[in-house]
Amino acid sequence: MLDFISRMFSKENTSKNVAKERLRLVLVHDRANISPQLLHSLKADLIAVISKYMEIDEDALEVNLSSKDTQVALVANIPVKKMKRAVGD
Amino acid sequence: MGEVIVVTSGKGGVGKTTTTANIGTGLAALGHKVVLVDADIGLRNLDVVLGLENRIVYDIVDATSGSCRLRQAIIKDKRLEGLHLLPAAQTKDKTAVTPEQMKELCAELKKEFEYVIVDCPAGIEQGFKNAIAGAEKAIVVTTPEVSAVRDADRIIGLLEAAELKEPKLIINRLRARMVKAGDMMSIDDMIDILAIDLLGVVPEDDQVVISTNKGEPVALDEKSLSGQAYRNIVKRIRGEEVPLMDLESESGFFKALRRLIGLK
Repeated sequence: MLDFISRMFSKENTSKNVAKERLRLVLVHDRANISPQLLHSLKADLIAVISKYMEIDEDALEVNLSSKDTQVALVANIPVKKMKRAVGD
Repeated sequence: MGEVIVVTSGKGGVGKTTTTANIGTGLAALGHKVVLVDADIGLRNLDVVLGLENRIVYDIVDATSGSCRLRQAIIKDKRLEGLHLLPAAQTKDKTAVTPEQMKELCAELKKEFEYVIVDCPAGIEQGFKNAIAGAEKAIVVTTPEVSAVRDADRIIGLLEAAELKEPKLIINRLRARMVKAGDMMSIDDMIDILAIDLLGVVPEDDQVVISTNKGEPVALDEKSLSGQAYRNIVKRIRGEEVPLMDLESESGFFKALRRLIGLK
């Protein structure tokens, strides 16, 4: 019982931490002034370039900005379906 | 020569008008000569929060357009000698005043008053641009919610772009019990995210609703916690060092209860 109560009070999954995380992410986008359209066309370009070398799952592709401390990173998660066979040589 | 301070937030409903009324009241209670300017043209509210709604004859648009003299539009408070209000117009819209007119108005007012406090409308459009045009300092009000903090962040960016450097933050409606339970962002969380200096924290308090019902700013209520918070903010505006109130300690009963069930 006590254990259960303590877990309820544990720091990890409090709604405050959820709020902070969501806020952080939203602010990274707001401050960078990157529009959803821009991110969308970046995605399209990424697909075009990478498709030249390997077969990727376009629908599952995710491109997002994230922040850690004071640094902002562009994080892309690109599932690869199949590597293309080397042509030529 | 006085100073012009704008109270702004981006998001509506976080307590800009209440904050403006209480800062003005607190400053006047300490003997300062203050004028509060309601820049929310079309949605006039500062008058009712101060309980002065029956005294309005002329308004800010009459004064800036020259339909009356500035002195005629300024209303004296009924309780405090030094407190004055320049009400917004209720029937016009935000375009009825230009940023240039606001600049002139503020320059005129600070010749006569020690503090000119401008209550900014919500949003980032014309009304916001007008309200900040004549200001030298800015106070950003937020509440511990994702939406309000997000808007505060945007406002801070816009203020800095308009050369209003180093705005100060007021966190309004903080619920210490929820912060403690991990269900509300804490003071440190918000300072961390917004990266600006804190001017004060006002706890959630029923007394604010009660005093607003009566048209008497809570800063005059000696017993209320929020009134004390506003009086502390006022002292900090005057340049005094006042420590933050201890909002996060809980009452004896709950502390005893928690200790009893072994939660320290």
